[in-house]
Amino acid sequence: MLLIPCPWCGPRDEAEFHYGGQAHVPYPEAPASLTDEEWARYLFFRDNPRGPFAERWSHAAGCRRWFNAVRDTSTNEILTVYRAGEERPATFGTRPVKSARPALEDEAVQADTGVWGQSPQRGPGAEPLFSGRGGVGEDNQPFRHPTRGRIHRDEPLTFTFDGTEYQGCKGDTLASALLANGVIQTGTSIRRGRPRGIFSAGVEEPNAVVQIEEPFPEPMLPATTVELYDGLVATSLPGQGRLATEPDPARYDAVHTHCDLLVVGAGPAGLAAAAAAARSGARVILADDQPDPGGSLLGTGELLDWVAETTARLDAAPDVRVLRRTTVFGYYDDNHLLAVERRTNHLGAAAPEKVSRERVHRIRARHVVLATGAHERSLAFADNDRPGVMLAASARAYVNRHGVLPGRHAVVFTTNDSAYAVAMDLAAAGVAIEAVIDTRPEPGPWAERTRRAGIEVLTGHAVTATEGAPRLTAVTVAPYGETTGRREFAADLLLVSGGWNPVAHLFSQAGGRLRHDEELGSFVPDSSRQAVEVAGAASGVFDLGRILVQGAAAGARAIEAEGYTPQAPRLPRVAAQPQTPSMPVFTVPGREGAPRFVDLQRDVTVDDLARATGAGMRSVEHTKRYTTAGTANDQGKTSGVLASGVVAELLGVDISALGTTTFRPPYTPVSFAALAGRDRGVLSDPVRTTALHEWHVAHGALFENVGQWKRPWYYPRDGEDMETAVLRECAAAREGVAFMDASTLGKIDVQGPDAAAFLDLLYTNMMSTLKVGMIRYGVMCRPDGMVFDDGTVIRLDQDRYLVTTTTGNAATVLDWMEEWLQTEWPELKVHCTSVTEQWATVALVGPKSRELLGSLAPQLAVANDDFPFMAWRDTTVGGIEARVCRISFSGELAYEINVSPWEALALWEALYAAGAPYGITPYGTETMHVLRAEKGYPIVGQDTDGTVTPQDLGMSWAVSKKKPDFIGKRSFARADTVRPDRKHLVGLLPEDPGTFLPEGTHLVADSVLPAPPVPMLGHVTSSYRSAALGRTFALALVKGGRERIGERLYAPVGDRLVPVTVASPVLYDPEGARRDG
Amino acid sequence: MADTALTAPLRSPLSHAMDRLAAATRTSGGAVRLAELPFLTQINVRLDPKGAAADAVGLALGLQLPVEPGTVVRAGELTALWLGPDEWLVVGPPGGRRGLENRIREAAGDEPVSVVDVSAQRTTLLVAGPRAHDLLAHGCSLDLHPRVFGPGRCAQTTLGRTQVVLVARDDPRAGFWVLVRSSFAGYLADWLLDAAVEWTG
Repeated sequence: MLLIPCPWCGPRDEAEFHYGGQAHVPYPEAPASLTDEEWARYLFFRDNPRGPFAERWSHAAGCRRWFNAVRDTSTNEILTVYRAGEERPATFGTRPVKSARPALEDEAVQADTGVWGQSPQRGPGAEPLFSGRGGVGEDNQPFRHPTRGRIHRDEPLTFTFDGTEYQGCKGDTLASALLANGVIQTGTSIRRGRPRGIFSAGVEEPNAVVQIEEPFPEPMLPATTVELYDGLVATSLPGQGRLATEPDPARYDAVHTHCDLLVVGAGPAGLAAAAAAARSGARVILADDQPDPGGSLLGTGELLDWVAETTARLDAAPDVRVLRRTTVFGYYDDNHLLAVERRTNHLGAAAPEKVSRERVHRIRARHVVLATGAHERSLAFADNDRPGVMLAASARAYVNRHGVLPGRHAVVFTTNDSAYAVAMDLAAAGVAIEAVIDTRPEPGPWAERTRRAGIEVLTGHAVTATEGAPRLTAVTVAPYGETTGRREFAADLLLVSGGWNPVAHLFSQAGGRLRHDEELGSFVPDSSRQAVEVAGAASGVFDLGRILVQGAAAGARAIEAEGYTPQAPRLPRVAAQPQTPSMPVFTVPGREGAPRFVDLQRDVTVDDLARATGAGMRSVEHTKRYTTAGTANDQGKTSGVLASGVVAELLGVDISALGTTTFRPPYTPVSFAALAGRDRGVLSDPVRTTALHEWHVAHGALFENVGQWKRPWYYPRDGEDMETAVLRECAAAREGVAFMDASTLGKIDVQGPDAAAFLDLLYTNMMSTLKVGMIRYGVMCRPDGMVFDDGTVIRLDQDRYLVTTTTGNAATVLDWMEEWLQTEWPELKVHCTSVTEQWATVALVGPKSRELLGSLAPQLAVANDDFPFMAWRDTTVGGIEARVCRISFSGELAYEINVSPWEALALWEALYAAGAPYGITPYGTETMHVLRAEKGYPIVGQDTDGTVTPQDLGMSWAVSKKKPDFIGKRSFARADTVRPDRKHLVGLLPEDPGTFLPEGTHLVADSVLPAPPVPMLGHVTSSYRSAALGRTFALALVKGGRERIGERLYAPVGDRLVPVTVASPVLYDPEGARRDG
Repeated sequence: MADTALTAPLRSPLSHAMDRLAAATRTSGGAVRLAELPFLTQINVRLDPKGAAADAVGLALGLQLPVEPGTVVRAGELTALWLGPDEWLVVGPPGGRRGLENRIREAAGDEPVSVVDVSAQRTTLLVAGPRAHDLLAHGCSLDLHPRVFGPGRCAQTTLGRTQVVLVARDDPRAGFWVLVRSSFAGYLADWLLDAAVEWTG
């Protein structure tokens, strides 16, 4: 969401503003002197440039000021704002493009010469796999390591997967608990039905996507992200889940959050960044999707003391919030980020009912440090999808985080250094590493070190085939490039590392540019216009010592920019590690005919991509759409760059020229329930009610939604249907007395010496000649001459009017008035103030209304001569101060009684009691519509649609001929508005007085439908049954309608052509004797 | 300043929600305080802040109309809220609307001002307690941190799906006034009560 700087109120969310189109298009000084073409140019033509564009905006939900903004239409950036009436600034700055990784340029990289030859956690040498100690043992969780992991062995949890009950521990994910029990297969693939197993340990998981059955059904959750809880029931899926059929009972909510610095990711870089910014006074949020901070360190088991100490310091720091289990999933304009916090999901059935299950944080951050880490990439080798094939670092995470061995005998297949530490650590934990297969001919010091630890390393080799049904049993290898296997290893685990992809999703969503990093063989953040830095593996830095320094520098720089002084956090000394460049490998030759999967979740293979390029696709966006690679709910986290690499190879181009597909929010799937939050049911849209609402409810009213208002529709008595009730209410209004709550009409107080001049410009009729104490009906048009609103104008004083608007248009009309006053006519001394809710209005209608009013308003002279039609009087009604207007929207003798809403109920009840002898009847909007339609009074928005002039409505009488100008006047002389075949509002009488024409029915000339296209003459806008006329009738917009009065037309209703007669729109009391008498 | 005697008891927009607001306050154990402050006198004033009327009105009210956007000036029982560069809302205790309106109008004399009684246009909700910020953060995009929106600040903005005027009270612990259009008051009360469920059970 853009942050638009109101020149008065400062930066506010875009949602508070209304757009007003191109700025500096002044209203012509003398519209009458313009040619039709010149006038049309003013009305309809606006610039549409790419780049800076001056436009009008209104701070509609704030100070209601109109102002101008220069916006870059290509970036959406607001370049400058200035007040209405001010010149457009000649120059304005654009936001500079900043490096995503400034820390890399100025940091002092820690050069530690310490001994690196140590394994990070333990020396090499396998530990015994089974401890023989109590608790977790061989029968129960046979793949559980006796000591490693951060799980709570004293808190066992029972869960069910595919009907079998298992034990896990608190701290497990569903995936780690399954692995602990020796279960690796979690489903079958979506298109080929191939068995698939747990492939990763995080959000990037493409395979282990399961259905949660209990406690609440949820489809398609990666088992690697589901925290285990007691009573969890899950099932495997054939690549596709099932939506829950029962309503979700949980609460979801959203909160707005502000901070000086948001750090995304609590790995080494993120923790260092937050630590540098903590205790400075700056507000810092550190968000991480895991239950505990630490990020990749939890998986490698490194620096855990520092992680614990730093976390404790951050938790205790006064202005720091550590948001655990929180995924930042969207990065929008002006550092607006959305995150979802999973607050009670991990509690299962024990989750408290009143606490929201998930919470969306709408974060506005002054600065952002993205420390989102990197995802390991797979390789496209033959049969690379068997359960047992797993990303290398993920296997290490299972060992160190969850104390689980994902297998017993592993082959490691790599193109880079990172898998060697995995091999040694797993070996230390008791996994037999059969061999490390490295595509690089000369892998360097890490390979040496691994060999010294007693592990075989095959350099310049690759995996050419795998065996196993379903779980992996053997891996065949050969020199890289050959397709025939040379050696076979028995293994139940194949750990793959094809390199690392910095998690650049959020950076890219923020509008940041990526560039290809040759050394990494992947894409890294490059530059952005937003206040964001990227640190750690997300920026393409993989050396732990450099990551820590870089993170701390990024955090410090961010808060320094906000005027705070950072603290140098304690950073552990980390030995520098040797580095040998990785080898860019995507596809691996292998056994003939064996599928080489690129996107596991979509079952897309190298051959599928070859078909795409063979069909002529030349961009990854096209191959993505052709093959669906990257479109599954993992959004190609492990496969995206791999797919780019494969396509580049197929096309014979460099991957850097091909780029990636576009990253779009959300980073991980977010449930609709979380996005909807509390905006459900009655809170989904405000319900506006009048001061009399409870009375209407108590008296059985059915309600109609008019905009956000609830208006009584009709008041059925026992057993009445709508038709009967409305006929009864109409009869009461025409024959006795009836009353309606008309409080929803918009009301605007217009005050100032130029009020009359202003209203003369705004309305088509003359308002300056209205006498104090009198009322006039008025029509407002847009400059194009089309009716926009109507209502009554009451002259309260020489310089004060009260105007009413239609119920749905009140805010729009007020905005409209302010726009003209503030931008075109600032010299007019007049102000407009909404008073819609300052007054409650009761319409009192019918031949008996005068008698009833007189009985309650003893001080009011109600005789026709004393209180004529279109006059108003201040008095008391039922002892309540009131302004009574003699207005009629029904064609009957009628009054509108305005009182304070605080006393509205007292007035209503007084009328109800005093009216009882006359049979006073409450009526709703349906009766109001019938009564007004019988009189041909149009409803703006029902009988008009923005293409209708006052003349089309037969209201030439409301268009002043005397005023030199008013909004819309020039348009009435346009060729188009004087066409004789314009659609006019007319009445329609179906030949059969009982036939009802549905609103929207078309009208045609002939009794037999000609061959299409059928010439349409118009359509029905309103249609009712009339008690007074004793028949059905309708209003319609008909081409040249006034010239057709008396003609017969036909209305296709269903398969019938209903004959109708065109009539005057005024069907009841055309002389107006009832209203005026 | 009392208005003419009234024949019927006044009914405020949230009279029907009074019990629920009180119950939420009670069950929250002090975390939040929610109540309607009904019938406050509210006069909308429009005038040129550089013109003679600004000083004259200020003198009559005993306070300077605030000219800094989003600020409040208080004097005695009156509070003047900045609503726009030429617009203020003067808020006073119940029962004084006719008197206050006349006082301002008379002070302005012949200057081109607009003075409108809008006492019933909006009602006022008190949102206080240690969780008041968190409660409002459920639906208000403004930064309400005391450093940014402390005593003396007001803002017209959106809360939930309705427009409000938000006023930080003098003492940060005293919470906020939330002025809301009367027709939206029922919705906003429902919205606040629902947002507070975590503390009110």
